[in-house]
Amino acid sequence: MSRVHDMGGRYGDGPVDPSDNAVFAKDWHARALALTLAAGALGQWNIDVSRHARETLSPKDYSRFTYYEKWLAGLADMLVNLGIVTKDELRAGHGTGISDLAERVLKADAVAGVLAKGSPYQRSDASEAAFKPGDRVRTRRPAHNVMTTGGHTRLPSYASGMMGEIVLRHGAHVLPDANAHGGGETPEHLYAVAISADELWGGEATSSDEVILDLWQSYLEPA
Amino acid sequence: MPHDHDPDHPHALLPPDPALRVRALETILTEKGLIDPAALDEIIDTYQHKIGPQNGAKVVAKMWSDPAFRTAMLDDPMPLLDEMGFYGRQGEHMVIVENTAEVHNVVVCTLCSCYPWPLLGIPPGWYKSDAYRSRVVREPRKVLAEFGVDVPEAKKVRVWDSTAEIRYLVVPERPEGTEGMSEAQLEALVGRDSMIGTALAKRPAP
Repeated sequence: MSRVHDMGGRYGDGPVDPSDNAVFAKDWHARALALTLAAGALGQWNIDVSRHARETLSPKDYSRFTYYEKWLAGLADMLVNLGIVTKDELRAGHGTGISDLAERVLKADAVAGVLAKGSPYQRSDASEAAFKPGDRVRTRRPAHNVMTTGGHTRLPSYASGMMGEIVLRHGAHVLPDANAHGGGETPEHLYAVAISADELWGGEATSSDEVILDLWQSYLEPA
Repeated sequence: MPHDHDPDHPHALLPPDPALRVRALETILTEKGLIDPAALDEIIDTYQHKIGPQNGAKVVAKMWSDPAFRTAMLDDPMPLLDEMGFYGRQGEHMVIVENTAEVHNVVVCTLCSCYPWPLLGIPPGWYKSDAYRSRVVREPRKVLAEFGVDVPEAKKVRVWDSTAEIRYLVVPERPEGTEGMSEAQLEALVGRDSMIGTALAKRPAP
């Protein structure tokens, strides 16, 4: 039930190449990042929608695209799916007519302010926290969006159905599973949950090691 | 060839060459009044020249030097980061984790590429690679060894998978022989990778 981006724990990727350390290895990488941020500033989607757009690339495209090609593909798909750009425009490589959204365009002199302002995801309106540091919990299994079939979720498959311990309480945060699909923010308490390497990987790992993930309350049940 | 038979994936209508694909999208959006190319230049300049690991290094050097600042940062870093001008996009909810004699911390985002932009800038290629994302949660010690970091068996490795909007910054252990060094001197010892957890702080030149 997983998607291709959900690769934590996967076998077969080979060594990491620390010399691949450029931030923008090619000029167009920087342009793709800037284009994505500037288009995002039009306010027509949120971060969860844009993550889901990249995640729903076909496994074949996701695997063959380099990082910023995934960004571009996700951006193009969102622009068309939201009716901001037409397929004909993509095909032609030219826009026809000024968009109704043009008044929202991000101007150069507004960039510093927009980047500095950020986009906080913590909210004050949520029910009481069900867990506190030290509590034992079990993560949802399977790791899927329970409201939207095939929808966005931030519970990785490798951490699904596992016993863990609450280590930090982060307050209430926007729930990506709802926010990616027009379901509103429905803030929930968010926790850092420690899962031991033994629990995750059995005998393959050093047993004293652990992975900590940030997980929403509805991903967890008491254990 | 673009495979435009797939109605769910309009991106296939763009040119196959990625550099041309960016240019086509930028042209379309500019002609529709949705993009100001000068704003793109400004964003690129910001992340190429203004925001980067030098910010995180300032935070680490100050934590090494100022015990009250260190305590406050571990408790709630946001007010102090705001004061230092290090609040912003992809750094709205920071948590600072310290490496110690007992624990080595390392940060990843297995689902995408979450990273503390205001403190470290945009992530390097390897951080976004499939190999790092897939392997560092399962075999962190092997991955760290590929970066030249050997963690003793007795030390716990704690991998932080950034699955929400919380962003993590690792404070490396302060190297020996740095007593009496100024914050500015200490900053030079704190490289980007040491704040992700795939390197240690540099030792001072003897």
